Amino acid sequence: MERSRSNRVVAGVAAGIGQQLGVDPLLVRIGFVLLSFVLGFGVVVYVLTWVLAPQESAEQTPGPRGRLIPPTRTQVFGTALLVAGVVVFLWLGGFLLAGALAWPVVLAALGFAVLWARDSDEEARRRVLVGLGSPLEAVMSGRVSLTRIAIGSLLILAAVAVFLAANTSLSAVGNMILAVLAAIAGLALIGGPWAWRLAHELVEERSSRIRSEARAEMAAHLHDSVLQTLALIQRAKAPREMASLARTQERELRAWLYRRAPSVSDARLRDAIDAMAGRIERQQQVGVEAVVVGDAPLDDHVRALVAACSEATLNAARHSGSTEVSVYVEVENDAISAFVRDHGAGFDPAAVPGDRRGIADSIIGRLERHGGTATLHSRTDAGTEVVLRLPMRPA
Amino acid sequence: MTVRVFVVDDHELFRSGVRAELSRELEIVGDAGTVPDAVAGIVAEMPDVVLLDVHMPGGGGRGVIEGARAGGAQAQFLALSVSDAAEDVIGVIRTGARGYVTKSISAEDLVSAVKRVHEGDVVFSPRLAGFVLDAFAGAAPQPSDPELDSLTTREREVLRYIARGYTYKEVATELHISVKTVETHVSAVLRKLQLSNRYELTRWASDRSLV
Repeated sequence: MERSRSNRVVAGVAAGIGQQLGVDPLLVRIGFVLLSFVLGFGVVVYVLTWVLAPQESAEQTPGPRGRLIPPTRTQVFGTALLVAGVVVFLWLGGFLLAGALAWPVVLAALGFAVLWARDSDEEARRRVLVGLGSPLEAVMSGRVSLTRIAIGSLLILAAVAVFLAANTSLSAVGNMILAVLAAIAGLALIGGPWAWRLAHELVEERSSRIRSEARAEMAAHLHDSVLQTLALIQRAKAPREMASLARTQERELRAWLYRRAPSVSDARLRDAIDAMAGRIERQQQVGVEAVVVGDAPLDDHVRALVAACSEATLNAARHSGSTEVSVYVEVENDAISAFVRDHGAGFDPAAVPGDRRGIADSIIGRLERHGGTATLHSRTDAGTEVVLRLPMRPA
Repeated sequence: MTVRVFVVDDHELFRSGVRAELSRELEIVGDAGTVPDAVAGIVAEMPDVVLLDVHMPGGGGRGVIEGARAGGAQAQFLALSVSDAAEDVIGVIRTGARGYVTKSISAEDLVSAVKRVHEGDVVFSPRLAGFVLDAFAGAAPQPSDPELDSLTTREREVLRYIARGYTYKEVATELHISVKTVETHVSAVLRKLQLSNRYELTRWASDRSLV
């Protein structure tokens, strides 16, 4: 069951149970009151349900998201009654043996409740995002609002003070406060730097989440407008340059929308291949369909493969007469393979004049210097495929 | 008999463009721009093939497939998108689309893709083949069903050729098998994609998602 958000006197427990059982919440509330007369049983059940049952999610009810619904007068009154009920229950149950123990227990319980009660959905959202961690983490990430922390801590401190005042002589209290202060100072020294770093990381994480949310929103918008238009231009019988421009822009926009942040884009194989495909599309006005499986960081070794791949793609775009070149790159455990394929005219490799050094130098030679291989398959009228293979350098 | 096609896309211009291009060879029985309209139209017209935009407000392509199937439609679905987000594409395929092509596909290729889907074939573009290889790459973190959670060597080989830009016929020639066998392998891959749950655990899901 879930506690009701909209229909509540204290915490929406009765409404939640009523909804679950299909009974009028009023009857449930009366039931709770009656049960409370039986050794305070109703109060215990209510509090337990409050603590254990989650609040119904905000989406199901209208109203501003992520904001606490301000408590109504009934709610304040109901909460006060509930607290009184707990006190009476404890008193009747004989838990409060000495009067001296009664107030510290009540204060501490209240403080604890203020600190840890499940409440605003804003906090619940943060809890989900950060994951259930230590209380310290909760405070650092802002899961518990500052006001609540202040009130809760004050209540607990008051409980401790009352307890000490009632149970020990004043001088002993003084000593104890000193000892506690010393311990707190020590803890701050031990945990301070760690807490500082944690807080820093969490702030960082939160702001990057906000950034990516903004990006997702923009992506959805651009997808529905600009990307569609660019796709349309390519379908229309537009001049070749225009279609090619649209294709390039679509590629760039897509890369920006659906890939990683641009700041790291130069360092990965996937992005290098995409950039290469985009460049050749723009220069040669042919389609370059690049598919990359897996990814690898870009070092000199991998850059050589990208350069050879680029040369092969350029050759296909220039000489094959095909309107579409396929580039496929796969990162395997021990090697990177690249295939550049066109459906163009094809040629006889043996018939290429000796002074044309393109394939020999910039593709085969370049890869061999890095321990790789390059092979070329071509048949007249069946297109050409250049196969590049580069063993991974042992890390 | 000509293939009866229904076009679903929330962009009016795109719908009319596709209508004009396809109507020479195929019979366009209707189009729709929203998920409820699409479901109602498909259930009323019972087309053979539905051309489906992956991204649509109010449930997307998946919502259309689920709604139309619930209404008893027997149509085959071919996803058409400008989106390259792997999870969107794989999501629509997993709901039951029999193929995926990008919107920049030429009119002739689109017609042939529609016909192939109608005949029961699976249409894998190089990009989709890449997504699938990526999704099935590496060992499954928790293989719940070893048979579904990995591709056979042959299936992987076939997908690799498709990703390299080979047509089914060229793949068949390269591997010395029949085109029918290539189609069988591709259908098996599609089935695994739809039934396996490992796709959720693979690296692209976290790598490529926006958030």
